[in-house]
Amino acid sequence: MPTFVYMTRCDGCGQCVDICPSDIMHIDTTVRRAYNIEPNMCWECYSCVKACPHNAIDVRGYADFAPLGHSVRVRRDEEKGVIAWRIIFRNGEKDMDLLAPITTKPWGQAIPKLADAPAPSQEMRDSQLLFNEPKYIRLDDGDLHTLESNGLKMKDGVYY
Amino acid sequence: MAYKTIIEDDIDILVAGAGLGGTGAAFEARYWGKDKKIVIAEKANIDRSGAVAQGLYAINCYMGTRFGENNPEDHVRYARIDLMGMVREDLLFDMARHVDSTVHQFEEWGLPLMRNPKTGAYQREGRWQIMIHGESYKPIVAEAAKKSADKVFNRICVTHLLMDDAKENRVAGAVGFNVRTGNYHVFKSKTVIVGAGGASNIFKPRSVGEGAGRVWYAPWSSGSAYGLLIGAGAKMTQMENRIVLARFKDGYGPVGAYFLHLKTYTQNGLGEEYESKWFPALQEMVGKEYLDVEASHATHRPIPTCLRNHAFINEVNAGRGPIHMVTMEAFQDPHLEEIGWHNFLGMTVGQAVLWAATDVDPKNENPELTTSEPYVMGSHATGCGAWCSGPEDVSPPEYFWGYNRMTTVEGLFGAGDAVGGTPHAFSSGSFTEGRLAAKAACKYIDDGKAEGIRVSEEQIARRKEEIYKPMEHYKIYRNEITAGSVNPNYINPRQGLDRLQKMMDEYAGGVTVSYMTNEKLLQIGLKKMKIMEEDLEKIAAENIHELLRAWELKHRHLTSEAVMQHTLFRKETRWPGYYYRGDAMKLDDENWHVLTVSRRDPETGEYTMEKAPCYHLVEE
Repeated sequence: MPTFVYMTRCDGCGQCVDICPSDIMHIDTTVRRAYNIEPNMCWECYSCVKACPHNAIDVRGYADFAPLGHSVRVRRDEEKGVIAWRIIFRNGEKDMDLLAPITTKPWGQAIPKLADAPAPSQEMRDSQLLFNEPKYIRLDDGDLHTLESNGLKMKDGVYY
Repeated sequence: MAYKTIIEDDIDILVAGAGLGGTGAAFEARYWGKDKKIVIAEKANIDRSGAVAQGLYAINCYMGTRFGENNPEDHVRYARIDLMGMVREDLLFDMARHVDSTVHQFEEWGLPLMRNPKTGAYQREGRWQIMIHGESYKPIVAEAAKKSADKVFNRICVTHLLMDDAKENRVAGAVGFNVRTGNYHVFKSKTVIVGAGGASNIFKPRSVGEGAGRVWYAPWSSGSAYGLLIGAGAKMTQMENRIVLARFKDGYGPVGAYFLHLKTYTQNGLGEEYESKWFPALQEMVGKEYLDVEASHATHRPIPTCLRNHAFINEVNAGRGPIHMVTMEAFQDPHLEEIGWHNFLGMTVGQAVLWAATDVDPKNENPELTTSEPYVMGSHATGCGAWCSGPEDVSPPEYFWGYNRMTTVEGLFGAGDAVGGTPHAFSSGSFTEGRLAAKAACKYIDDGKAEGIRVSEEQIARRKEEIYKPMEHYKIYRNEITAGSVNPNYINPRQGLDRLQKMMDEYAGGVTVSYMTNEKLLQIGLKKMKIMEEDLEKIAAENIHELLRAWELKHRHLTSEAVMQHTLFRKETRWPGYYYRGDAMKLDDENWHVLTVSRRDPETGEYTMEKAPCYHLVEE
């Protein structure tokens, strides 16, 4: 039902409710634990699976085309900056561990606060440049491309 | 109803929908508007919202001028031929000349971009794509947006734009409701940048039941970019230009890295190459300007995506399916095999789930491909969206009205899926468009264009009543029946969505009719669409979650009507493989080498259609 929640692991903390892009992870009022209220609006995006602090959420492939008995599990670690996957086939013959980086910097620290950046000059405001330009376009002394610099002209109609 | 009204006043820049476009807008706005009040209203949680919520394994729009790879005009040529000529070249050029600065900043923020160990340049997947480990792409750009914004309102479903009561056709903010508390939120703002999404789930999907969630574009992409803009009376362009994707069957896993990097290829059920044999007849339909296999081989000019779909669809209809992706060669290399799996885990986990469930090991068997149901959006290989102004130094007069990426409504800007005529922006280009819109919005305010905006109490009250009407309606009629979902006075959002999907599928060229439509079908479809509009007044929502679905459906409905109107207007088959006008099966450059532009009168619901000139700025 794409995502589902294991009864014995979920403590109803609501992290999944908070993150689900589709608003389909809700807390059941009777058992006070999370569940997927609308499986046919689930993208299997794993946002809730990754966010769950108790590894209580898993995915069972869409019933209309995925047979039972497979497993795709994940652990995402912002501190270490990695994500680890394990894929197990229905027939058990393939069991893969895959690891990938999710960031190259300490989480969130390398992103600038533009309120603290020096204010743009009037000349820059009147130009076509954006923040950090022209430097960041080529990371050299080059300037922004214009029709003139690239020898282009706007023409109407068909010509090819 | 007991829901509170919460008013956020004196906003300068309101970002409605913060996927890649919206986060770009919020981030950049702070630089040009140090003292401006920047607010984000987002339907979900910006850490995982929009089309990039689950991540990406590639950035599909990067020029690489730094490494001597491509110039902006090369991108224009590429997107133009892929879209059969129908693009806004000014907007494409403008996005392309800035996009590298966006990508370089992403790398600085910690997004892992792969490098080619030999050249030191970014690892190319194809000419335009670079490979990334992008599981956390969205949380990283969300962090940038959060650092710039004064306030982020998560879980606000924006339903309408507010209009200025002092000056006609000027935006004044937006309204919506909180999908947790149910409270009514009013955002009074000098400008609005719509970063909301395109539309999945408006055509009947191939999957039935649960699998309806495994759409190619995110199920939460509810066409709100178009619903909001059309509802405000903004002009739209190229809404007929829906996209059909050739993807791995059922899971809709991406094929880009497979084709380009892993060098896999397709063959029919008999193990034969099939594409080329459809091309001579196809060339008759579209003309040599658009399909010239020899020229494509000689110059690496791509064969348009839709035309390759056409070959696929025809081969299957001729009984020689299924089409397979030949993976068994590439996957013998363990390194390439690993990349193949990482590719799914990074952006379409569901495909990995499906292959695990069906024991499909691409090392030992060639997986099946399929063509998807159509989608309406503006940042992949298609260009639906609002008719927007271009930049001053590039755009001709017909394309320029003062502020870059401003729609035909004053103070209302777009980014990403919201902007029409700009295909192939993808994630990085959408973020870049957001940046461009943000700079322009700041200038609009600094130029004094937003002075004297007035929002009447009447407008705020009227929208409030409208927003909660589905819940009121439910309350009134629910107890007329014993139990269940069958009621003579209302339909629920799921029932409405099913009806919309069936209509779009059968009358506007969906998958069950092999993407075929014609004038008669579209006219019947439009009639039914109007009747559906009446029934949408009687839609019932049992709770706040259903209210969210009700408003998503209304946005999808507005999007769908525009698609039908545009498809009816363009009397030709411009994109065989995306859809066919059975009554005009040829591409007709004499009459239709134009962009289609529509406006729906918000008062009457009447459509007016016009042709806009298609300017070219680069030679072949």
